[in-house]
Amino acid sequence: MAAETATTTGTEVPHSAGHAKVFPPMNPADFSPQIIWLAITFAALYLLLSRMVLPRIGEVIDERKDRIKRDLESAERLKDETDKALRSYEKALADARSNAGAIAKENQAKLTAEVDVERKKLDAALNAKLADAESSITATKSKAMQSVSEIAADTAAALASALSGQNISVDEAKRAVSTAAGK
Amino acid sequence: MADGAHSGSAMPDPIHQFEINRLWHIDLFGFDASFTNSALFMVVAVALIVGFLLYAISGRLLVPSRLQSLAETAYEFIANMVRESMGEQGMKFFPLVFTIFMFIFTVNMLGMVPGFFTVTSHVAVTAALALLVFTIVLLVGFAKNGLGFLRLFVPSGVPVLILPFVTMIEVISFISRPISHSIRLFANMLGGHITLKVFAGFIVMLLGSQSVAVNLLAPLPLAGAVALMALEFLVAFLQAYVFTMLTCMYLNDALHPGH
Repeated sequence: MAAETATTTGTEVPHSAGHAKVFPPMNPADFSPQIIWLAITFAALYLLLSRMVLPRIGEVIDERKDRIKRDLESAERLKDETDKALRSYEKALADARSNAGAIAKENQAKLTAEVDVERKKLDAALNAKLADAESSITATKSKAMQSVSEIAADTAAALASALSGQNISVDEAKRAVSTAAGK
Repeated sequence: MADGAHSGSAMPDPIHQFEINRLWHIDLFGFDASFTNSALFMVVAVALIVGFLLYAISGRLLVPSRLQSLAETAYEFIANMVRESMGEQGMKFFPLVFTIFMFIFTVNMLGMVPGFFTVTSHVAVTAALALLVFTIVLLVGFAKNGLGFLRLFVPSGVPVLILPFVTMIEVISFISRPISHSIRLFANMLGGHITLKVFAGFIVMLLGSQSVAVNLLAPLPLAGAVALMALEFLVAFLQAYVFTMLTCMYLNDALHPGH
């Protein structure tokens, strides 16, 4: 700033006064301190970065890459396991379904057989009762028919006695009736 | 600048910001090794880089914090640049390339703070860096390939008739590398800062005028200075990137001299 105090008149271009005549960025007198300090600072920076800083950053990045790779691998493994579990579950489900079907079929067969047996039993009982009833009807009917022929013989004997005035035995009448009934 | 008020149209000197001031005189075996304002900002840059990176990575978080991801981004950015230009075997140069990028980027950015000194605006610094790269390319090139390194100057598939001519051009372009490498960075930083200072000077000049009409023109250079400032931030990064990228390409020549 001190150099600028030299400029007092408005028309003057300031760098005439206190400055070196040379253009400062190319002043050879300033080369050596710049180059020496560049060498010092650049070497220091290189050593600090290459020995200390960059390995740390690289380590963190590598660690993350490894971690991501590991995680992806374990995710892949878990997915395989899930698939396997899913497949075995589906198989179990299918097995259970077919088992259930078999059991249902078996039960149905058993029930049908039982019902058949019951029905047959019932049928047989009913048939027996029917046969009994039929036989008793037949018996009653034959008995009744027998009574009818007796009554007819009696009546025939009575009628014949009355009409003919002869004493006709019941036996004769019976014979006649059965002869007549036999036609 | 205190006298700017009564001198009216006095223009602040745009070159003044590049002056080297010796803060502490040191004489090293007859060489001037004074601690200058330039050296001060070099030291500040080194402290900032190392301090920031160490602090950012100190958490060693699996899910990085903002600062940590910034440090990791810088690391990956340079690591990818090195891998892409030199392949996996180039990673032994990674610390060097990372140091070059961080150093240039940080001193460029420090230079953007008003009143701060821009280390890379001096040709001595950029030339020293460029020569460092050039020397490493030569040493590694010959150490790794022996005389095979000279194949760098003899492109394959060129007719024998014009081969000497092409080889000559290759040699000249190789030798001029450190020149273009250093001048590009130095000139960009120097030019940008001079332009900024000139625009800022216009504001002071216009405001210093007695005429109100002229005073009212002051916002124009102000807008220009703001736009330039944004551009200069871009240039500060871009030139650090370009210097680093070229370093990678030159180092690649040392590893794989065949075209």
